Amino acid sequence: MAATSGVHDLSSEMEVDAFRRLFPLRFHERHLLESIRPDGGLLEKLETQPLCLTMLAAIKMEVMTPTVEAPEEGCIGLNKCLSGMIDLKELCLVGGKAAWMVYLDIYCLDADGALFDAALLSAVAAFSHCKFATVQIPVVSLNDDGRIVLVSEDNGGAKKEKEPVNKDKRKLKLNSVPFSLTCILHKDYILADPTSEEESIMETYLTVVLDSSFQLVSFNKPGGPGLANTSAIQKPTDLVTAELDSGDCVTLTRQRVKELQKILNETISDMEVD
Amino acid sequence: MDLEREGGRGANQLRPIDCSRNVLSRAHGSASCSHGETRVLAAVYGPKAGTKKNENPEKACIEVIWKPKSGQIGKPEKEFQMILKRTLQNICLLNVHPNTTTSIIVQVVHDDGSLLPCAIHAACAALIDAGIPLKYLAVSISCCLTESGKILLDPNKLEEQKMKAFVCLAFPSSVHSVLTEGSINGIITSLTHGVMAGYTFLTLILDEYFQCVEQGRAAITPLSNILKKKLQSQSAE
Repeated sequence: MAATSGVHDLSSEMEVDAFRRLFPLRFHERHLLESIRPDGGLLEKLETQPLCLTMLAAIKMEVMTPTVEAPEEGCIGLNKCLSGMIDLKELCLVGGKAAWMVYLDIYCLDADGALFDAALLSAVAAFSHCKFATVQIPVVSLNDDGRIVLVSEDNGGAKKEKEPVNKDKRKLKLNSVPFSLTCILHKDYILADPTSEEESIMETYLTVVLDSSFQLVSFNKPGGPGLANTSAIQKPTDLVTAELDSGDCVTLTRQRVKELQKILNETISDMEVD
Repeated sequence: MDLEREGGRGANQLRPIDCSRNVLSRAHGSASCSHGETRVLAAVYGPKAGTKKNENPEKACIEVIWKPKSGQIGKPEKEFQMILKRTLQNICLLNVHPNTTTSIIVQVVHDDGSLLPCAIHAACAALIDAGIPLKYLAVSISCCLTESGKILLDPNKLEEQKMKAFVCLAFPSSVHSVLTEGSINGIITSLTHGVMAGYTFLTLILDEYFQCVEQGRAAITPLSNILKKKLQSQSAE
């Protein structure tokens, strides 16, 4: 075709960077043909840590009165993905009167694509840390007015008539931890873990969230210019040979889950040693 | 186990659907769609000149405003707006009117389950009424999974709340589309809520999710025929 050959001629004269900015889609498509990505990584190779993407997650806990519908439960002020992970009943202090409300703040320090994956990972990591850290759910007791008050060690001289409501600093128990992977679908290619440059050009993405027992927590494809075939989502596997074709989103997510679990466990155990 | 649904519906049976166009006189296009008790009204204004700040001026821009039945616009509404916008971006021919904005305003009249599918149908019908060029129609369905693994199509509000998991899917409607690309068998939009079974040793596939997709797809053909008939009968007048 005349148009593309014109571009190819131009590209041989132009610098790579200029070509990248002027014809971003063609730049990426030429890489796709060779099955590599501009930064030299393979199409389906997953970066074990998101390259230039850093997030910070902090958990704050505050005492609140629980809702009327769920007097035995605490509350997590956010996402549906995480609600399967923590048993809300753990957060209850005094049935019907007080429970922990967990605030999760996530700060994005450096954004380079696939924000949801990184945010979920950092939230999960923060909750796991909550489990092992020495500063856990602090000990509190019920005051005279019926208000919850923090019991500190300096209260040695004060009268200790009130029994602390939760004597031992409990750890937060996590059930099944979700991990996610965002993939971009472009024509017949699947790009895993896109950078923000790739995201801005190729607009069809989908996010698969699997938990540690490989149950599907969420499969999210919010429209976008391309269509998703079921074969792109998951290719049927040949049970006889038990070979998993790596070219589909769910298998990629499974690999990602295993890698992330390993990394998370290593990191947490390192922190525990400190 | 035979699950008893309200009104004696079968597991694969959808509620009666009604769709009418040109319900508002001032809008460029408008439609009202109802799935059983759920009713949504959609109005289309556009194409208007100019795109919004961060949008690509080489393509048409679609703007969706989602108005809940009561209360102010909050986070769930913003989420619906984003999903509906991206779904409509899939079906509209964006290159026909570059550097324009088409606004679609969706008003929820009553929510009795399956809100997003109803809104997608209303928005599509309103776009047709306004004469915006589309690649194909989007037909959408929601299904939910019971604890025992049974799949129920088109749940109402009570059923939605009791279920283990919930999936909302949108498919392209017919094979006769303007652009004859390879496969018109894909999924436009898919949203899930709740945990669904994953891998077991026997089946290495996300069984439950794909079953929902298959059942949804099977129900799409009669659904899209009904919708087309309703929309056609009005334009014949």
